[in-house]
Amino acid sequence: MATQTTGADAFYKQLGRMYGMYTGGFVAFIILLAILEQLGTPNKILGYLFVFFTLAVYAVIGVATRTAQLSEYYVAGRRVPAFYNGMATGADWMSAASFVGMAGSLFLLGYDGIAWVLGWTGGFVLVSILIGPYLRKFGAYTVPDFMSFRFGGNFARFLAVIVLVCCSFTYVTAQIYGTGLIASRFLGMQFEVAVFAGLVGILLCAMLGGMRAVTWTQIAQYIVLIVAYLTPIVILSTKKYGIPIPELTYGQAIAEITAREGQMLKDGLAVLCTAASCPAGSLKPHIQPFINYSPLNYFGIIFCMMVGTASLPHILMRYFTTPSVREARQSVAWSLLFIFLLYFSAPAYAAFSKLEVYTNIIGQNVSSLKPWLFTWGELGLIQICGKNAPNIDAIIAACKAIPGHAGIVRLQDFVINTDVIVLSTPEIAGLPYVISGLVAAGGLAAALSTADGLLLAIANALSHDVYYKMIDPKAPTIRRLTVARVLLFFVAVCSAALASTKPGDILAMVGWAFSLAMAGNFPALVMGVWWKRATTAGAIAGMIAGFGLCLFYLVCSRYYPGIGVKYFGMTSLLNPITGLPITDVAKAMALPNAMESWPTLAHPLANKVGWFDLNNINCGLLGMPLGFLVIYVVSLMTPEPSKEMQAFVDEIRKPRGRTVLVEKD
Amino acid sequence: MATSANDQAHWSKTTRLMFAHLGVWLFFGYIIHMFVNVLNKVTIPVLGFPLGFYMAAQGSLIVFVIMLFMFAKQQDNIDREFGVAEDD
Repeated sequence: MATQTTGADAFYKQLGRMYGMYTGGFVAFIILLAILEQLGTPNKILGYLFVFFTLAVYAVIGVATRTAQLSEYYVAGRRVPAFYNGMATGADWMSAASFVGMAGSLFLLGYDGIAWVLGWTGGFVLVSILIGPYLRKFGAYTVPDFMSFRFGGNFARFLAVIVLVCCSFTYVTAQIYGTGLIASRFLGMQFEVAVFAGLVGILLCAMLGGMRAVTWTQIAQYIVLIVAYLTPIVILSTKKYGIPIPELTYGQAIAEITAREGQMLKDGLAVLCTAASCPAGSLKPHIQPFINYSPLNYFGIIFCMMVGTASLPHILMRYFTTPSVREARQSVAWSLLFIFLLYFSAPAYAAFSKLEVYTNIIGQNVSSLKPWLFTWGELGLIQICGKNAPNIDAIIAACKAIPGHAGIVRLQDFVINTDVIVLSTPEIAGLPYVISGLVAAGGLAAALSTADGLLLAIANALSHDVYYKMIDPKAPTIRRLTVARVLLFFVAVCSAALASTKPGDILAMVGWAFSLAMAGNFPALVMGVWWKRATTAGAIAGMIAGFGLCLFYLVCSRYYPGIGVKYFGMTSLLNPITGLPITDVAKAMALPNAMESWPTLAHPLANKVGWFDLNNINCGLLGMPLGFLVIYVVSLMTPEPSKEMQAFVDEIRKPRGRTVLVEKD
Repeated sequence: MATSANDQAHWSKTTRLMFAHLGVWLFFGYIIHMFVNVLNKVTIPVLGFPLGFYMAAQGSLIVFVIMLFMFAKQQDNIDREFGVAEDD
């Protein structure tokens, strides 16, 4: 035993050296591939080398750090230093949507897209101040553990498990979908095959070693993803402005975009979107606020993403792994710093790409477009003159077909899929293919690391909370870990199967996950720590009411819009710039498919109706206040919690002393 | 087992710190962005960002990061002051 402890101490002392060598090795690997490219290795081989080498490294780390000990499996032995836990949380947090999608949203939405950047960073303030450190002191393995202890047993635990599974499952499906997308694009695999190939990578990391293995692989994945994200724009910024700090130089790009927008309007290359008329494809100035989201929805998204951050179980559980409450707090700060590095660079991607599009595509003769465009046009991700753009001849023909088209590309002729922005930047900048491969490896790392964390959260809740705490409290350690692994495998296969069907609105579902977590968890967690008077009945009623209202609002407005209009007084959402309804409800209700359930997005009412012009991504904005109110009122109507419970709340407020809950190993 | 006077003092100071930080969070997360149109009239010299855009894309984020490191330090000081901090 003594030697084992010394071994572990040596392991933690050497972390810096190990990850330093790892980073050096990764850079050397990139340089090696760059040399191979110069020697004429085909692009496809480079792509394969990148993906398989990084996957192999994660798998080796995952297998090497496998464990058969409960506290190692669930909370990595509570020994992860603040700095490294911050890095692991960064990878846990930043998903395929952050890596690939966010810059694209900023490109498309301009200022309004920043709501996502603000929302996905500011939430960590709430994690640190209101919840995280207190849960660390409590000593839980899972978030439902806390709910059960504080709020009278297994019914509260059961509700917390439902919230956890609802929000984590939709989220993990989106990650596996992202994995499949990247693998299929860069490796040329069939999408369905790529999804299951990605699944193998995820399982190798998470299955054997639980939290411990996931922690050490997530740190490795963070290093890959941040190097991959920053490299292309640092090079681009240096090429264009001579300074390798894109976060500073993109201010000039924004000034140039604004100038170019004016020029395009003057030259008749674009139509300005105004309150009087705003046709599809018209120009929305990049820095002008509140033209894509109304102020209510803009601030609503910020608020829901922030509070959702502080309620998502797979994030909260990362702070269970630090050695102390003090380090839990420091760790939240490190997490945000590491996340910030990516998020404050995303608008630079958007600005550089937009400037490129506005100067080198819009206003150019159709026959003189650059070749990078056609590699994405071939995949149907860039359209010109209303047709996919696989080659020059196709788009010349497409533009000729438009009456009165002069053969010059106008803004309304150009449509780009937002996922392309990050992935195409290396090519736009004329960088060698090795950088594109690097970006693909980074996107994969982002998707895998988030999927690992989410799957672990779901499997832990099912094995620890449902199986061990609710079904078989006498189960021996070995059986508990076996159940955890089997469930992990089962959940992963289910979500991969769902992802392989390419469900349409998967990215909106990520936003829903935040709102659902916020409505279900946040009031009970905050009141559980900050208000001793909160009672079991209050918390249970509050969770049901808040989560229920949020779930009702989004399911009704998305999947049963006809019923929402007819029975619940939902009306059309409004166009933020013209203030007019975005759909004609009366006309749509007269159609034969008005009352259809589970309609596609093409349905004239789906996602387009609601209360108070509130987008259904923001359903937490309805559910959370109701949750707080119900907890408050019902708690005051029921007798105050026992003296023991109040002493327990005192105990979690003080960092000193043992954890409140002690799990036997 | 009633809450001791020391614990109460510790908690009221912790609560004050919580509200102070939530105030800063509210200001930089929301209030300042309500004035984006006014702020956009100012352009940051040399860099070229309109101020309102800059605050949303970078300024608030930087504040959040600094705030969290400060909070970790301040809360630790409070814990030490009342003798409820963990051993180093």
